[in-house]
Amino acid sequence: MLIRKPSDIKSSEITSRDHYVDRRSFMRGALSGAAMLGAAAVGADRVADLISPRTSALAGTKLETVKSPLSTTGETLTTYQDITTYNNFYEFGVDKGAPSKNAGGLPTRPWTLKVEGLVNKPQTFDIDTLLKMHPLEDRVYRHRCVEAWSMVIPWVGYSLSELLKQCDPQSKAKYVEFHSYFDKKVEKWYYEDAGINWPYTEGLRMDEAMHPLTLLTMGLYGEVLPNQDGAPVRIVVPWKYGFKSAKSIVTIKVTDKQPNTTWNLQGANEYGFYSNVNPTVDHPRWSQKTERRIGAAFYDQRKQTLMFNGYGDQVASLYNGMDLKKNF
Amino acid sequence: MNRPTLIILKTAVWIACLWPIGLLVYGAFTPNGLGPDPTARIEFSTGYTTLMLLTIGLGITPVRRLSPHLNWMIKFRRLVGLFAFFYGTVHMLAYVALYAGFSVQTMLDDIAKRKFITMGVATWLLLVPLALTSTNWAIRKLGGKRWNLLHKLVYIAVICGVIHYWWQVKPGVILPLPFTIAVAILLLARPIQTALLKRKAKAAASGRQVVQRPG
Repeated sequence: MLIRKPSDIKSSEITSRDHYVDRRSFMRGALSGAAMLGAAAVGADRVADLISPRTSALAGTKLETVKSPLSTTGETLTTYQDITTYNNFYEFGVDKGAPSKNAGGLPTRPWTLKVEGLVNKPQTFDIDTLLKMHPLEDRVYRHRCVEAWSMVIPWVGYSLSELLKQCDPQSKAKYVEFHSYFDKKVEKWYYEDAGINWPYTEGLRMDEAMHPLTLLTMGLYGEVLPNQDGAPVRIVVPWKYGFKSAKSIVTIKVTDKQPNTTWNLQGANEYGFYSNVNPTVDHPRWSQKTERRIGAAFYDQRKQTLMFNGYGDQVASLYNGMDLKKNF
Repeated sequence: MNRPTLIILKTAVWIACLWPIGLLVYGAFTPNGLGPDPTARIEFSTGYTTLMLLTIGLGITPVRRLSPHLNWMIKFRRLVGLFAFFYGTVHMLAYVALYAGFSVQTMLDDIAKRKFITMGVATWLLLVPLALTSTNWAIRKLGGKRWNLLHKLVYIAVICGVIHYWWQVKPGVILPLPFTIAVAILLLARPIQTALLKRKAKAAASGRQVVQRPG
């Protein structure tokens, strides 16, 4: 249980809560506001927890953030409620609602992230070190799932390149591999019927991993990531389908070989290694030309899908000369 | 079965059949009432209800044959079948409006490229003649024999519906399994029950008379 001191709370942080409607956060926000007015500050979180217990001791803790010019503007943010109850996190169950119910046991502290492989300075970072290593930025990104639904999510983190630079990748390093946490005892809902090789593994080409948009993500809506969204640290690659953005990562392996990634092994014809958002390459079972925006009214959900999820001006040059229909 | 009981039962079946669409309509007018992905909710709920009603409809005959006291069940078969067609139609229209956005090109592409959509369309098309010939007038006009033969199409329709479900889900997802088992049992029950009845009739007949007639 983390006890918040009055000095940790800025009035600006409290008003930012008005941007989303979430009963629990609203209540905690209101109670923090009361604390600001001179009431019992130490008790505020405790009272909020009594009213509505959190799934994790840390999810929901405020983070100090700065604005980022790389944030996407002009989009309506998906609500905190939808981002935290509509998840694909198969280790905690197949249903979209399962991770928010089942991920409470994910041991997000202590947590370390190991960087190994073709780096001159292999290191293991503690989550608290990661949170302080570089200023945390608010980054609003569109999020496009391969299943043709999408969200607009205010992540918190900094470019993965900041972390990788610290480890000094060698010149022969060509790819980066991400391994998610896996423990059958904690994640007993893991999806075994399809014969997935756990732990969940994803990968990027080195230049993709070093691109400033690729985010080492530790927060959501200005707060510590909820477990079901990949706490305590995950990758977010906004121009690729969501499954490329590995959750709850424990290892980053720098290699010279293209990694074998989880969904690609499941079905190479459905999930390519690159999996850049591309409205011209259909999934075998559905078109990728359009998407359904989560949280919109049923008559207003359908949206055109943009090449590279709308980040083409920043990332298209990474794929110059490549046939993206072949390398989907 | 007496008249008041029948009226109560009919009312109950009407309410049960209207329940899923009632939930959707109610959800559509409530903030966040259809969840984070309303399009998917509408499509799943209507498709699931169609298969559920088709399966229930398929169950009426085998269950009724278990006992002469269950004969009244036949009075509900048309109602259940027509509701299955109703949900199937809403399911199809929801696809046309919410998935294809009324684009003919998108629909033709889908039918050509995606076998689960082709199979869904086939299922709906098979149900159309059954719904059209559901009136007493149509039964008289066709004659009981031909009408019965035509309505055997429902067996093919329900099999197509289950295949449509299997082809739609991700590889490895086994949600359509309960329907598959139920439909398989209900379809296999028919020839088994017929064979058992024949054997019973034969035994009864051989008990009465020594000479066996052919057939």
